Amino acid sequence: MKKLLATALASAFVAFAPPVHAQTPPNVLVVGQIAEPKSLDPHAVTAVNDFRILLNLYDGLVRYKDGTLEVEPSLAESWTISGDGKTYTFKLREGVKFHDGSDFNAAAVKFNFDRMLKEDHPYHDTGPFPLAFFFSTVEEVIAEDPMTVTFKLSAPYAPFLSNLAYPTGLIVSPEAVRQHGADFGRNPSGTGAYKFAEWDANAKMVAVKNEAYWDGAPDLEAVIYRPITDANTRIAEMLSGGLDVMVEVPPDSLQQFKQDENFSVLEQAGPHVWFLILNTREAPFDSKAARQAANYAINKTALVDNILQGTAEVAAGPTPPAFAWAYNETLEPYPYDPEKAKALLAEAGYVGEEITFFVTEGGSGMLDPVAMGTAIQADLEAVGMNVKIETYEWNTFLGKVNPGLEGQAAMAEMAWMTNDPDTLPFLALRTEAMPENGGFNSGYYSNPKVDELLEKARQVTDQSERAALYKEMQEIVQDDAPWVFVANWKQNAVTKASVEDFKLQPSFFLMLQDVKKPM
Amino acid sequence: MAGYIAKRLLAAIPVLFGLTIIVFLIMAMIPGDPATAILGSYATPENVAKLNKDLGLDKTLVEQYLIWIGNLFEGDLGRSYTLNRPVLDEVLERFSATLILAGTALVLCSILGLIAGIISAVRQYGWADKAITLLVLIGISTPSFWLGLLLILVFAVNLKLFPVSGMYAIYGGGDLPDLLHHLALPAFTLSVVATGVIARLTRTAMLEVLRQDYIRTARAKGLSERKVIYKHAFKSALVSIIPVIGIQAGFVIGGAVYIETVFQWPGIGSMLVKAISTRDLLLVQGGVLVVAAAYVLFNLLADVVQTLLDPRLR
Repeated sequence: MKKLLATALASAFVAFAPPVHAQTPPNVLVVGQIAEPKSLDPHAVTAVNDFRILLNLYDGLVRYKDGTLEVEPSLAESWTISGDGKTYTFKLREGVKFHDGSDFNAAAVKFNFDRMLKEDHPYHDTGPFPLAFFFSTVEEVIAEDPMTVTFKLSAPYAPFLSNLAYPTGLIVSPEAVRQHGADFGRNPSGTGAYKFAEWDANAKMVAVKNEAYWDGAPDLEAVIYRPITDANTRIAEMLSGGLDVMVEVPPDSLQQFKQDENFSVLEQAGPHVWFLILNTREAPFDSKAARQAANYAINKTALVDNILQGTAEVAAGPTPPAFAWAYNETLEPYPYDPEKAKALLAEAGYVGEEITFFVTEGGSGMLDPVAMGTAIQADLEAVGMNVKIETYEWNTFLGKVNPGLEGQAAMAEMAWMTNDPDTLPFLALRTEAMPENGGFNSGYYSNPKVDELLEKARQVTDQSERAALYKEMQEIVQDDAPWVFVANWKQNAVTKASVEDFKLQPSFFLMLQDVKKPM
Repeated sequence: MAGYIAKRLLAAIPVLFGLTIIVFLIMAMIPGDPATAILGSYATPENVAKLNKDLGLDKTLVEQYLIWIGNLFEGDLGRSYTLNRPVLDEVLERFSATLILAGTALVLCSILGLIAGIISAVRQYGWADKAITLLVLIGISTPSFWLGLLLILVFAVNLKLFPVSGMYAIYGGGDLPDLLHHLALPAFTLSVVATGVIARLTRTAMLEVLRQDYIRTARAKGLSERKVIYKHAFKSALVSIIPVIGIQAGFVIGGAVYIETVFQWPGIGSMLVKAISTRDLLLVQGGVLVVAAAYVLFNLLADVVQTLLDPRLR
């Protein structure tokens, strides 16, 4: 009986088993994603995982120039900015059509922003649009003529252009929104290099080549996105040949892929910063000396090399180097100097009182927060600080940290990924941005000079002028040390060796227009 | 019998109602809210308040629950805000995938467990019994997610006999052979622990029956050993084994959570885990309701089968 059964089972599998597709077909790129996309409506989503798809289906008025975080024309051929920085006029590209065949024009642009921003718009209920506040300064969008569109802002807002390059600024087909309503996110239509073809929930999302793409049709026939949530399973798929590209490779496996000539490993630093918020309202970190001491005491190189295994770089200040144009190259990270830290702590009058440190179990951009928190605790204890860790699940953690650390903790882990050098310092380092005013300055840092520089940087639209303001801000903030500046994450990806012209971008978006996979 | 089944089904309704209230309360009590989960770093109080309003979460808990129950009677489980699609579509799709996986695993563990248990009992203290006992102990003690990864490594990555993950091939496929091919590793992994439990209990039940007088009588009558074991002993042992299989059905569906994650099987377990971490209340409610209803049905089914098998219970 047992033998019979075994034979039956075995023969069933041999008979039924189709050959395993060890190789993916030529000219089709299979991308391993970390989760199922929420929606393919670019205005409805917030996750990088979704952005990786959307940038290939849609275009915005502007986009990031290859390899940088600087904007260049896309669906807009050119633009002018009024002297007061409050009026942006875009000249649109002619002859572009959405995938559904409708025309791209000024009316379409107006529809996109009105849908997101105006509560009385007939299609506002196809949202919600959680990141619509990126454009909260937009007062009115005017279609001047079919190929000219004007944005009127309520106040000068220099990050406006880079927000337009963000997925929230991508342009969707008004026709498709009218046709599908709330289900537009599953029936997307844009102007991008790839057209949506099929979404098989929890298995795959297929996009095919847009032959009529205005910027040149891609070489690939199709891109297939597969959601595989478990990192180990994603690696196994990659090793067995079921994927051509995978992103967010765990550090442990990166070495394995690096040593295997069948794979190429890519790394790219991005607009990410991992830091510790210090509570500047209460002892000990109300003293600048104590805050600097923490920066000296923590061995960031060891954190980056040992815990993160080289998947991040040591951060020098509040602005990630990926914002090359606004980054202050002269900043050097605080060196690891326990002796100096001890001296500074003595100067601050700290004698070993217990302090609380909020650590999260995991969360967007938080890397390996528990291991990092423990190592930081050990470094601080080595210079005589008495650190008690409290660990929280991510949503709970945000609920404790965002309202401000006063009365709760002396320090907390945090990480941000942004698209403009304005975003993080403006939301988290200004006096106006204290938690009681709805900002993210959970450590209550306040320096009038920094406030002034950040306000001014929003108002000037000339990039080099803005850059000078940000560079000055970084110097002051580094010295004041409201945070411990720890790491800038490098995004990584592994591709099969047969994948050509694959690149990672500092924006962390996955641009697949130029990728080839001939075999 | 029909009356009994109807009574059991009616009794299940208040249980399910109570369950939805408990899930609703637990979801309301755990810290964090969907708007914070969606906005992540950008969760300012202002943004959170606005998004909660857009999501209809600014209403009181009682109002939210009443709206949900009202819609439930119209067959509408609401719309998931993390997946942006109707909860019902997602839950049914996911649950049928889980049923395929768990059903296959249950059939596998029942067959393998019964066979192993019978052999163990008949050859008590023989080498076959010892070998089976050892295997069963290893099987029960092995964490299923670890076994799953190991099987993937050996049979999918190295030997390339089976696919690593998913339910159907990404291109081509989609038919029954393709499904079976994808099902083999996860269903086997999921069945291992239950196989062990069923084997152990079958052994015990069989040993007990084999000691009974009527078995000695049957042997004395000169019946063949095969007939004694399968016709006389196994049939009455089955009465005490069936409820165990019924309980294992529940464990198999529960255990599917890990297996679904490891094999990227698009089932309801992995859906619920994600839904809870993103505070997707409606999706959690819908998922739990369907799983709970299935539990009730499986238990009922096991009881009915047992009643049919055991004349004393009729």
